[in-house]
Amino acid sequence: MDASTTGPPTGAAPTPSVRRASLWERLLASDHLAGWAFTSPAMFLIAVFGIAPIVWSVILSFQRNNLLSGGTWIGLQNYQRLLHDPMFAHSVRLTILYTALFVPISIVLSLTVAVALNRKLWFIRLYRTAIFLPVVASTVAEAILFNWLLDPYFGIVNVVLVKLGLPAQSFFQNPSQALYCIVAMTVWGWLGFCVIIYLAALQGIPRELTEAAEIDGATRWRSFRRVQLPLLGPTTLFLVIYLSINALQLFDEIYVTTRGGPLGATTVVVYYLYEQAFQFFEAGYATAIAYVLFLGILLLTVVQLLLGRKFVHYRS
Amino acid sequence: MSASSSAVTGSRSAGPPWPDASSPGASPSGGPPDFAALEAEVAATRRRRPSGWHLFLAPVAAIMAFPFVWMIITSVSTLAETRRFPPQLPHAIQWHNFVDAWTMAPFDRWLLNTTIVATAAVLGNLVFCSLAGYALARFRFIGSGAAFLLILATLMVPFQVVMIPTLLIVRGLGLIDTLGALILPNLVTPFGIFLLRQFFKTLPVEIEDAARIDGASRLGTLVKVVLPQMKAPLATVAIMTLLWAWNDFLWPLIVIQSPNQMTLPLGLATFQGAHFTNWPVLMAGTLMSQLPMLVVFIIAQRWFVQSLSVSSGIKG
Repeated sequence: MDASTTGPPTGAAPTPSVRRASLWERLLASDHLAGWAFTSPAMFLIAVFGIAPIVWSVILSFQRNNLLSGGTWIGLQNYQRLLHDPMFAHSVRLTILYTALFVPISIVLSLTVAVALNRKLWFIRLYRTAIFLPVVASTVAEAILFNWLLDPYFGIVNVVLVKLGLPAQSFFQNPSQALYCIVAMTVWGWLGFCVIIYLAALQGIPRELTEAAEIDGATRWRSFRRVQLPLLGPTTLFLVIYLSINALQLFDEIYVTTRGGPLGATTVVVYYLYEQAFQFFEAGYATAIAYVLFLGILLLTVVQLLLGRKFVHYRS
Repeated sequence: MSASSSAVTGSRSAGPPWPDASSPGASPSGGPPDFAALEAEVAATRRRRPSGWHLFLAPVAAIMAFPFVWMIITSVSTLAETRRFPPQLPHAIQWHNFVDAWTMAPFDRWLLNTTIVATAAVLGNLVFCSLAGYALARFRFIGSGAAFLLILATLMVPFQVVMIPTLLIVRGLGLIDTLGALILPNLVTPFGIFLLRQFFKTLPVEIEDAARIDGASRLGTLVKVVLPQMKAPLATVAIMTLLWAWNDFLWPLIVIQSPNQMTLPLGLATFQGAHFTNWPVLMAGTLMSQLPMLVVFIIAQRWFVQSLSVSSGIKG
């Protein structure tokens, strides 16, 4: 109840001159109208472009739908088909392999770089800018850039390899190398972001803690291992989860470099989904794939959070 | 953006994710860590001296910057120079590559479109997420719990799940192949609402109560009293929306067909398809498309860095 409508809390009978506020006035004074006035623009947009598509996608995943005419209800057939689709299983394996490489490499590399950058050195500003710069480059630009760097005929990387007396490679055009090239490229693209996050966390650690450890005779390495690393636990957990989610949804870089090839060597789940929806017009099947992906992301996140609870003892 | 599921399970009651005002380097307003002050403080206690870390940082920074450097060099070379083996530095600077790229494809149009879409998305998110986030943090109104739950639900669902139904909705609205298709679904992000709500909750409510007693309206309180205290989180929402809208690829790829309606990433991808082996012109185009963001980043690096680290704190 709003204070203005209830009168003094003294238990004395309200004087007749105080008129009881009408329902409308009380509604205006309360938070209900203001609350909905403030939230309705956002809630309207979220209802149309968030909630409605979620509900619709459930229906869509039980349909055969070519995006042009209304779909036909086929029950669980899309999901049954997924279980027996070797191309889908292949795309899942590729996506897991990619994630299992991309996430740990990014974490270890970015942590090392952040520790190195977390000190006063000559050129530190230059180092930071160079390492942060790819954060703002678009995934498309990044992929085009690497198409050129890794060009089998005129790319600079092959030139360097040949100079070093190594055989030239065909990178994105070689089925057994393409995925690893994608890993290298995306590690380059994400490193700046991870370093920024780690650096902010490192600078949040009070220096007294590491100094105390060093006064107690700990070596630099031991003080890092025993003091800083545990305190970075929440940050590492966040990055592992965030990078994994993004890795499982890899698409842009594949589209611009290999288009899932050569010979399906980089057809990750979201690229396979895209092909199904917009090349074969199997919108129902594609949505079923999206739900399996969603389930995979949820499962992985929950597992990571549970493991995090076991190994991370500090809250950010 | 489903990383925030971690924030759902572990509700944060603590303050803002950056170090509190008492720690070194924090700005007096309790804002994000002031990297410049931090550096000055570190400098006072630890003089610059030759360090072994250079042996690690210099090559890493060189590798990170090299793709950009090579892009610039290629963009001012002749086609023949890029096909020489091994490649050499350009004989004379070929500015006409930029003119060629500009005339071969509507880069000006793509830049304009991207600017319109990104500006609309940033403004929409600032206004709508502030309103909704404030109401959800402060007002008690019928349905506020349900609204918040719905927002959290949409936050966790990956884009691929809602992609096809959203396409059908946008088609139903007659927005296919228009900028409206790129703007409307991006005007509000559940993440923006969630992030701002968390920060509104950390502000002391007494100042707002005082403004209300002085006769300020709910909206007046929000705009004149509350938002000025929220500069850092608002900058985070603005910068994350800007980066997202500027670089988004999959959604424009699906809803835009005509070159005049494309944004830079999509335009660039089609440009690559059309001029695949003309690397100087392709690199000139790529460089032009990335230049606005790179310049903004170099000027506002501190804000970018702070903003991205805020996003990890709220979720971690």
